[in-house]
Amino acid sequence: MAQQTIKLEIVTPEKYVVNQDVRIVMAPGTEGEFGILPNHTPFLSSLETGRVHFRDLQDTEHVVFISGGFSEALPDRVTILAETAEMREKIDIDRAKAAYERARARLESSEEGIDKDRAKAALERATARIKLVETKE
Amino acid sequence: MASLKEIKSKISGVKKTKQITRAMNMVAASKLRGAQGAMDAFRPYAEKFAEVLGNIADKTTDEISPLLIPKDEVNNVHVVMLTSDRGLCGGFNSNLMDKTEEIVEEFQRRGVNVSLTAFGKKGRDWARKEKLTIADQYLDVVGGKFGFNVASSFGQKAIEGFLFGDYDEVHIVYSEFRSMANQIPVVKQLLPIVAIEKPEETETEAEDSSYLPEHICEPSADALLNTMLPKSIYIQIYHALLETSTSEHAARMRAMDNATKACDDMIESLTLTYNKARQQSITMELMDIVGGAEALRG
Repeated sequence: MAQQTIKLEIVTPEKYVVNQDVRIVMAPGTEGEFGILPNHTPFLSSLETGRVHFRDLQDTEHVVFISGGFSEALPDRVTILAETAEMREKIDIDRAKAAYERARARLESSEEGIDKDRAKAALERATARIKLVETKE
Repeated sequence: MASLKEIKSKISGVKKTKQITRAMNMVAASKLRGAQGAMDAFRPYAEKFAEVLGNIADKTTDEISPLLIPKDEVNNVHVVMLTSDRGLCGGFNSNLMDKTEEIVEEFQRRGVNVSLTAFGKKGRDWARKEKLTIADQYLDVVGGKFGFNVASSFGQKAIEGFLFGDYDEVHIVYSEFRSMANQIPVVKQLLPIVAIEKPEETETEAEDSSYLPEHICEPSADALLNTMLPKSIYIQIYHALLETSTSEHAARMRAMDNATKACDDMIESLTLTYNKARQQSITMELMDIVGGAEALRG
């Protein structure tokens, strides 16, 4: 009998975000979104910043926000290498909003010694997180 | 001989120093655990990345990316120097400085302009003293908590510098963490990328090789390689940062351990002197009394 599950690993330089068996994975490839089912042919693609959806063995859908990276699909596993990745259920909306406000305040203040680039990057991250949580589908 | 009081205050001074060095030792130990944890967390990513990169590189030609092509003439070299922000870590920083000096002098002998990026206060101060060109500096990175974004934003700058011709080569000097007792400074060439390491085929993998996938690539293998190469540089920088941080904490732990031991030795010898001095003063007093009694009797 053909394999019914596929192992999904989402790895960032800082941690393992996901490492479990799943039924299907959807990922935002640079050439368009694609889905991977068990026994997929070996496949390599670069990924856009966006969401990875997957369905676990209990058929619950999960969403992971990733920024840039690659995925390698083999018949029995999918590996996603992303620079950052975060599960939707683990994003703390209050924290994200607080971070958003903080970053904006920093960007607008004219004080010396503020790293604008960092504030800007923080703002982008916070915005992406808030969007991710607030758009349900 | 110093007075009793002086010795006593010296002993208590050394004891206080010992408390500090011991505390620093423990702080370094806990930071070291954190740094090693970060290294462990990074390993799966790095290994997987190297595997995929090696697979793709197999399928492409070498001239595919400008990042792989050495420049015909090397006139400007950029050296990235990783040191710590704080001292009190034994020979850690001076080892890194010696190594940097070595390669900088080597380049200068060949008539090549050298500019530096300093990660860490110690390296920056050293470079200032040596009157080297400091293109950029990053403080509060090495030894602290930092994310991959530090490596990627700096990596981006380095790549731009290389592509625009500001630098013809980019090298990085960092400390490799071999073991608790051994951290050695190493130099690596970041740009142009020397060679992509092919995945090492171990016995077990070789058996699998019939299965080794001919991947479908999307977009093409060439395009994929082009997006992966810059990342491989960020990975190298991040790796170097992790190694250096771990080394720093290990070096500090050891230095502080030695300092604590030295304090113990000092306390011991001072206590000995103190006891001797006390004994001597008692003897003197006794002799005074005996002498006085003799005089009275006489």
